[in-house]
Amino acid sequence: MRIRALAIRIIRQFVRDKRTLALLFLAPLLILTLMKLVFNGQAVEPQIGTLNMPPQLVDRLEQAGAAIITFREAADAASAIANGSLDAVLTLDAGKPAIQLEGSDPAMNKTVLMLLQRTLQEASPNVQAAVSYLHGSEEMTSFDSFGPVLVGFFSFFFVFMLAGVSFLRERTSGTLERLLATPIRRYEVVAGYLSGFGLFTLLQAALIAWFAIDILGLYMDGSIWLVLLINLLLSLTALTLGTLLSSYAGSEFQIIQFIPLVVVPQVFFSGLFSLEAMTPWLQKLSYAMPLYYGADAMRSIMLRGAGWGSIQTDVYVLLGFSTVFALLNVAALRKHRAI
Amino acid sequence: MTLPPHVEPASPQLPVVELNEITRIFGKRSILESVSLRVEQGELFGLLGPSGSGKTTLIKVITGIDRADRGTVRMLGTPMPQLRMLQRFGYMAQSDALYSELTAKQNLLFFASLYGLSGARRKKRIEESMAVVDLLDHLDKPVSAYSGGMRRRLSLAIALLHEPALLVLDEPTVGIDPVLRQSIWKELLAMRSRGTTIILTTHVMDEADKCDRLGLIRDGRLTAIDTPEALKAKTGSTSIEDAFIVLGGGVRA
Repeated sequence: MRIRALAIRIIRQFVRDKRTLALLFLAPLLILTLMKLVFNGQAVEPQIGTLNMPPQLVDRLEQAGAAIITFREAADAASAIANGSLDAVLTLDAGKPAIQLEGSDPAMNKTVLMLLQRTLQEASPNVQAAVSYLHGSEEMTSFDSFGPVLVGFFSFFFVFMLAGVSFLRERTSGTLERLLATPIRRYEVVAGYLSGFGLFTLLQAALIAWFAIDILGLYMDGSIWLVLLINLLLSLTALTLGTLLSSYAGSEFQIIQFIPLVVVPQVFFSGLFSLEAMTPWLQKLSYAMPLYYGADAMRSIMLRGAGWGSIQTDVYVLLGFSTVFALLNVAALRKHRAI
Repeated sequence: MTLPPHVEPASPQLPVVELNEITRIFGKRSILESVSLRVEQGELFGLLGPSGSGKTTLIKVITGIDRADRGTVRMLGTPMPQLRMLQRFGYMAQSDALYSELTAKQNLLFFASLYGLSGARRKKRIEESMAVVDLLDHLDKPVSAYSGGMRRRLSLAIALLHEPALLVLDEPTVGIDPVLRQSIWKELLAMRSRGTTIILTTHVMDEADKCDRLGLIRDGRLTAIDTPEALKAKTGSTSIEDAFIVLGGGVRA
């Protein structure tokens, strides 16, 4: 009954606080939309200058999607690439094709090289490999690939911040002291917070997942229920971690200081950047990061259509994190009341 | 005088609060040192001392929110701290611990539920408590629209909700205008005459005169406990203020 009273009070406070509601529900959608727009732009058309190249090769390059400018003089081509209007210059050097890249943009370098490789392969079709996809498809964009991680991350980040700040406010306004002068048990305080916030967390997790999949058209191969489950568990971890850390913060500003310490490192280990490329001991750090498990499960479900069997470890680990943080929170409340 | 039915019958010889040689240390500084005192049934007991003297810490030790490093605390015979004893007293903290986004009624509902009140009884107690502090017409206003004095009174109403036999009030009249202070005192005296035991802290000397007994506290030590009249007589002074200075050693720390 006390847990319910606390949960109802939190819900009432939330409903009256329109700004926080907007931050919780609209901000993640806005950022996801921006992310999609930024990463899903039009396919870029590399500007390639050619010098003395056979016309059929130039045609094939154009068909492959390059904008071709033909030069007669090597000096003209050299000055064009120097002033940045070309991404590459293709010449024949002693009968063999030679390419000079502008080189300042690694993504463009890759695009040009891939395009060139494809065109040259087409010249000898008998060695071309047949391509098939186990997961995903030819149309899959980079947004599709890291979208699942972002969906999990935003659930985590916004809940972490809000939970931390509101629990702290309870302390700085003196209401926690007042609350603890009633016969409420410490676990009831934590459980009340979990259920009051949990409701909004659940709504937020569902909203983010629905928006990313149905509105932004994020690639989705698995069960929406599993996505919701993982999203909810991530938010729950954020909720318990946020309230726990707020016990060690003296002001709202100090909660913000936890973000570079606690949230940003998790992003590095969440799979947005390749973990395989890291030094082995550094890779092991990822095992201590809740977001790593959440992101791993989200990717497995959404990109590889994984079922319960292959994500259950992630589920248990996330549940474990939440439980440990909640228990530590109950213990930390002892700082404020002797019993 | 017959007690109203809500006052818990306790054996008259049992003190409401009994502190025995309480010491509380934070770091290397002792905030309370060997404090012993008894508060009897139906008393209005005042703790008088300058700010920083340890009044709030003493209140927290009495209520079991904080634990003493040495010594024993008993409330109604039960050794403290004890979770179930938190049900037995009404508490008003020094700061108005209210949820300002919510209405007064929502605040009251919340705290009433924490004390285990529900249904018709909860509704009745909310109305009775708000009538005591004369805020019945402002039940549905958000607390953010309340004045400072109204907030203080709402805090008092919350402390009264579960009809406790003991009220523990930390600076109940701090920052309140004289008219309102008088009306709060009128309420406190009325509650005492109905049999409620009240422990409060203050650093306002003329309020101290209204208490049945006073504990003078200075740098974490109780320098004297007695009725205001006896304190004045003992020190040969005409006001509590003079008595306090004489008993405190005459020099301000």
